[in-house]
Amino acid sequence: MTTMLTMTTTTAPLTHLDLLEGEAIHILREAVAQCARPALLFSGGKDSAVLLHLAVKAFAPSPLPFPLLHIDTGHNYDSVIAFRNQRARETGAQLLVGHVEDAIRDGRVVLQHPLESRNRHQSVALMDAIRSHRFDALFGGARRDEEKARAKERVFSFRNEQGSWDPRGQRPELWSLYHARPLPGEHVRVFPISNWTELDVWRYIAREGLELPSLYFAHEREVIRRGALLAPVTDLTPPAAGERPERMSVRFRTVGDITCTAPVASTASTVEEIVIETLATAVSERGATRLDDQTSEASMELRKKEGYF
Amino acid sequence: MSLATTPGTADIHCPVYHHDLPALRFLACGSVDDGKSTLLGRLLHDAGSVPPDALEAARRASHERGLGDLDFSLLTDGLLSEREQGITIDVAYRYFSSGHRRFILADAPGHARYTRNMATAASTSDLAILLVDARKGILPQTKRHAALVHLLGVRHLVVAVNKLDAVAWSEEIFDQVKADFLAFAKTLGIESADFIPLSALEGDMVVHRGAHLPWYEGPTLLETLERAALEDARAQGAFRFPVQLVRRHGGERRYLGRVASGTVGLGDEVVLLPSGGKAKVLALELGGAPIPRAVAGQSIALRLDEEVDLPRGGLLAHPTAAPTATRAFEATLCWFGEAPLDRRRRYRLRHGPAETHAQVEDLAPIAGLDGPRDTPDAALETNGIALARLSCGEELIADPYDTHREGGAFLLVDEATQAPVAAGMIRRTA
Repeated sequence: MTTMLTMTTTTAPLTHLDLLEGEAIHILREAVAQCARPALLFSGGKDSAVLLHLAVKAFAPSPLPFPLLHIDTGHNYDSVIAFRNQRARETGAQLLVGHVEDAIRDGRVVLQHPLESRNRHQSVALMDAIRSHRFDALFGGARRDEEKARAKERVFSFRNEQGSWDPRGQRPELWSLYHARPLPGEHVRVFPISNWTELDVWRYIAREGLELPSLYFAHEREVIRRGALLAPVTDLTPPAAGERPERMSVRFRTVGDITCTAPVASTASTVEEIVIETLATAVSERGATRLDDQTSEASMELRKKEGYF
Repeated sequence: MSLATTPGTADIHCPVYHHDLPALRFLACGSVDDGKSTLLGRLLHDAGSVPPDALEAARRASHERGLGDLDFSLLTDGLLSEREQGITIDVAYRYFSSGHRRFILADAPGHARYTRNMATAASTSDLAILLVDARKGILPQTKRHAALVHLLGVRHLVVAVNKLDAVAWSEEIFDQVKADFLAFAKTLGIESADFIPLSALEGDMVVHRGAHLPWYEGPTLLETLERAALEDARAQGAFRFPVQLVRRHGGERRYLGRVASGTVGLGDEVVLLPSGGKAKVLALELGGAPIPRAVAGQSIALRLDEEVDLPRGGLLAHPTAAPTATRAFEATLCWFGEAPLDRRRRYRLRHGPAETHAQVEDLAPIAGLDGPRDTPDAALETNGIALARLSCGEELIADPYDTHREGGAFLLVDEATQAPVAAGMIRRTA
């Protein structure tokens, strides 16, 4: 190239977050271009809040070209559901909700006991929604830094008619050339923020001034110490015999089904304070907060083979 | 358990600014059993990037499996299905920071059968660590990985000669591996590489210098990763904007896409391809907000000063440095399909947002690699690499891969399975 063509730029070089944003929007648009019926999984959690924000940016000023879908376990915090509804209203998006309760009521999900975590059972309600709405692509806010099964997953991750992931037969995915066409009966899960870390998510929330449910910020709460984890005391997760609840300042790093997400001790009450705390935190996100990933070394891998997100 | 969600505690004293800089994307590859998992585990551990809970999990697993106090390879341990076979099947992406730079590591499989996954890792990397076992020297799979890394345009190659502890820390053996590699690399056209002697098991020259290699004066592996130049070639190239989607809103037409290379500003004249017409940039928007200029890597919406026909798959380019439209071209082809290439068949070709169908006309071997001869019945088998001449159903607006990665890269897809069966890098158009 001659120097004439190397146009000088007065723009500052792109930051890491700029590049991640450019990549995520490119992925969102590519799925919309190639798939007939996409939907965006939106729970009201921080990762899906970032994802929804990116989706709005990808298509502005046009409205979102797909609906939002939430699989409600029936065990969600009220404030998170309120936030979910608020964001759907603000973006003008259609919000579809699939209920795990429905599958329990009609007997396709049988619980071991009434208070069993319903997290794993989301797969059934999710597949119901995929079939009834004939979705061929679902956007999700999963990140590769969360867990080792996620670390291996493609940005465009194909699932068979049962929703199963086959880690041994993933399609090659080179450059940013995404071939998104599923075979009949298959659908594709699309993860635009695959390459973001927990720190990137928080720094982006700070940069873009995004709103989040209040659970993400430090607040006083009754908890029980179980090993290294803090279990929240709620109607669904009462103390066991002999356990003594304590009141302390905590925040949630991930928010999901009440029965399986644990808060961490923290006094960080602003996004900036959370960024600083995240920089200093040594324990991995799921390690500190997920009661369901502690059961075995490969919990997530097994759940994903069952059709879990 | 995930590794390295966040940097170690020491990081809090470092300025936050290094998190603003683009990360170095690198891959680690090499023949199976050359000690890659142990090396990466050692690198992450000694760089302070293994969270205590992940470290504890690896210690527990080491004990359970009778592997001593801490087997470093378990820090990068994979899936159940991989553990059953003791090999890595697919790429695992890991994110860490040394306190000076952020890294995105693609941990690629060494087994020949999973070469497609190694190519997946290499396609987005700035740097490759190629592992060699000092006892075994250069193996066929070492050569294949070196070739792939080179053909996929990874700019920086670091040859990590591992297991020096098993050869009495011998400088002669290190020098021999280096000489052997350079002799082979020359035939492929690889111009430069860094060589580092190290022991993943003992830790020498990974993050710390250690005490066993006084004869080596170069940088450690981590220092090499921290110092590698991260030139953004894309930002310096001529302007290219592949159109992903066209959206109408309030009577205005917007072209959505990511700037593939170069920059564009308000009022700039651009050429529309394939039509060849010209127009001026009327508006640039990011997330609905106007911006005066867009650069490579940004996903934007763009409006032109006149209504033109420019569908998905079209391209906007700098008017005096536009790519050519062609139906035939020469490319390096890496075949991943389980079934060999069938030259009688048409494959779907995906090139950026553009799609057409293509057929392979001729095949020739690549210098330095075993490959098919140019005979009418020459086959390209799984994991084979060859020079190919292709012809397409419709014109492709293409650049050579050397100068524009995005404009020169394509996939061939078998429409019966919808699986990508080959990755291609365009060498020459016409």
